[in-house]
Amino acid sequence: MSPRDSGLQLRSSPHARAAVDTPQIMRMVVLALAPALLAAIFFFGVAAVAVVAGSVAGCLATEAFFAPAGTRGASLKDWSALLTGLLLGLTLPPAFPIWMAFLGGVAAIGLGKVVWGGLGHNLFNPALVGRAFLQAAFPKVITTWAPVGGHDLSVYASNLALPFMKAPVDAISAATPLGDLKFQGNVTDLSDLFLGSTAGSLGETSSALLLLGGIYLLWRRAFDWRIPVSILLAVVVFSTLAWLVGPEGYPSPWFMLCSGGLMLGAIFMATDPVSSPMSPAGTWIYGVGIGLLVVLIRLWGGLPEGVMYAILLMNAATPLINRAARSAPFGRGRGVPQGDQP
Amino acid sequence: MPEGLASFRHGVHPVEHKAPTRALAIQRVPFVERYLLPLAQHLGAPSRATVSEGRRVLRGQPIAQPGGFVSTCLHAPVTGTVLRVGPRQLPNGGIGSCIVIEADSFDPQRLPPGLPTDWRRLSLQQLVEGVRDAGIVGLGGAAFPTHVKYRLPQGRRIHTLVINGAECEPWLSCDHRLMLERGRAIAQGVRIVASRLEVERVIVGIEANKLDALASMQAAFRGLQGCPPVQVAACQVKYPQGAEKMLVHALTGVQVPGGKLPLHVGMVVNNVGTMAAISDWFHQGQPLIERVVTVAGPGVSEPANLLVPLGTPVRALLEACGGVHPDARLVIMGGPMMGQPLADLDLPVVKGTSGVLVFREQDLLPDAAWACIRCGRCLEACACFLNPSLLGRLARVGRWKDMEQQHLADCMECGACSFTCPSRILLVQQFRVAKAHLRRLAALQQRGGEA
Repeated sequence: MSPRDSGLQLRSSPHARAAVDTPQIMRMVVLALAPALLAAIFFFGVAAVAVVAGSVAGCLATEAFFAPAGTRGASLKDWSALLTGLLLGLTLPPAFPIWMAFLGGVAAIGLGKVVWGGLGHNLFNPALVGRAFLQAAFPKVITTWAPVGGHDLSVYASNLALPFMKAPVDAISAATPLGDLKFQGNVTDLSDLFLGSTAGSLGETSSALLLLGGIYLLWRRAFDWRIPVSILLAVVVFSTLAWLVGPEGYPSPWFMLCSGGLMLGAIFMATDPVSSPMSPAGTWIYGVGIGLLVVLIRLWGGLPEGVMYAILLMNAATPLINRAARSAPFGRGRGVPQGDQP
Repeated sequence: MPEGLASFRHGVHPVEHKAPTRALAIQRVPFVERYLLPLAQHLGAPSRATVSEGRRVLRGQPIAQPGGFVSTCLHAPVTGTVLRVGPRQLPNGGIGSCIVIEADSFDPQRLPPGLPTDWRRLSLQQLVEGVRDAGIVGLGGAAFPTHVKYRLPQGRRIHTLVINGAECEPWLSCDHRLMLERGRAIAQGVRIVASRLEVERVIVGIEANKLDALASMQAAFRGLQGCPPVQVAACQVKYPQGAEKMLVHALTGVQVPGGKLPLHVGMVVNNVGTMAAISDWFHQGQPLIERVVTVAGPGVSEPANLLVPLGTPVRALLEACGGVHPDARLVIMGGPMMGQPLADLDLPVVKGTSGVLVFREQDLLPDAAWACIRCGRCLEACACFLNPSLLGRLARVGRWKDMEQQHLADCMECGACSFTCPSRILLVQQFRVAKAHLRRLAALQQRGGEA
């Protein structure tokens, strides 16, 4: 039996392909975020689901709306818009109005991705573009933090605020560990920081569960491990220097490591392949740059937290880093004699 | 050299798929009626036919002469009659001149006894001429005329002979079987070349997934007189370990400069099959008229390692292996990483054919589905240390000249980048297109300069 020769395919080599594909990478990151999302539900109740659902809906709707004619819905299948929505939602406070979360999702995909040309073409991390938009548009609401617990099955009143109306603000509000430190000079207990029972954005409170997700991504080789490692190392090194100079004035490196959005940013935001450098040398420069900026903004800036701006700034530097950190082609390096050998 | 297994930096790890054929001894494929012999089955200028239609030829008789310096001879694989000399479709998709021989079905197809040469008395010049007259080319797949590698420019010498037994392409085991079954012939070929080139040392590189071949080669060199010191080294199982420059780097730590040949650093790299062919010529007078081909893949009923006369149609090989699966959709000549797909099963086995692989619909993954997400996996796959992602983006917008600046010419089209790309972008295909455009541009420029 021989096949009909006309039925044979002609295609360019290689004919073997690695099993992992782009949607699978996105799915693995979504899965790695699951523990942090569950923790957010544990600490803040149904409100966490409501806020994340709002930002995810905003992302998916925008992605579908701006799809090229005739391909509506096709790009949803690569899971990247869902991931953006999930990441954005996890950076928002628990009592955040759902309509604002939705609007943030629209900005994340619209301004962070579509205007650049879609998946793979954006300069900045779309989720952080969305958050930066919300920070600029609603500076007060996005820094109003609800305390942990007390909202198991009900949502916060402010979650349900009507669009473009003045948001009802919950009577109780709490300070994040970083805000507490910056404005009150109080230091939060490290074990609370590590496990996550502190006020803060939905997904940033538990360092332990974010690290668990990071270990999963490392095991599946779904991200570049050099980025979180270099960011965290840089934060430890630079904050240790400050701490050694003035232990009273500056927080310990462990506090720096476990507080705020650092873990979420280092493991899930800075590692976005599209907006981070490609070469191993480049990723080290990028990671150290983010770590340095985080320490600078947190210790000497006007804001209590600086992870978002640190990552966005280094995203902007990525094309330059890609250029600067090029490796010489094989046999064209400095150590290889190019002249004639006897 | 670092501790442990010899290797190069970067590269990929495709599933090996060697198990189906590694234990299968080489078997001779039955003779068929007709043999199709392209005159361009090696790199360089096509050979020039020296026989005409109707002429009777004997098995092993020369039928074509070198068409230039980088070219070689061709011999009749069977005793029979020349049916036709003229243009035909070639396995690479082009059209080229071919000789068609009809086998004499009453002839026993025995090789006329050749004259063994005393290798000790050969001069380097005689080695070069002998290898050319035997039509020997690199049997690893590239089919570069071997004698050209031995023709040293004035004042240049070779200190190291590297023998390539890496066989890093998945599915293939023809070199593996050759090292197990014909280790002594390979060693004798090595002795001829090494002693005539007066090299100081020989290094045989074999991937660590065939340690039995390593032991076989070590045994083959034991007690062999007149050969410089030989080291048989295990290499890491990684693709493209068998690429000439990667193997040299793995075994000696030396980087061949970009755009130059191993000759530039005093080395020559030859495949194990090439060494066996050289031994066959000088010890038995048998020119290159047959080679070992692995027939495998999920679409083949009974995989095999076959000794195949050149010019045998692929269809005959597949029939000798119990036929192919009815769902067969892709038949490739060579390995899965660099092999060429065949549009027509009547295309013949040529000197560079190391394997014939058959895949079914369900074995193939869809191509080019998503945009590049700049994950950088291709950068860490590329053994040439290029940036395939950047080259791919330049190719999409036709910036061929910029690609040239990014050292596109260094790309050996090994396929590691396309293999690893999670967005399944056809990077190597884009690079081939770009290279073709650049060749055309260069030709136009040259013509403009002459006018």
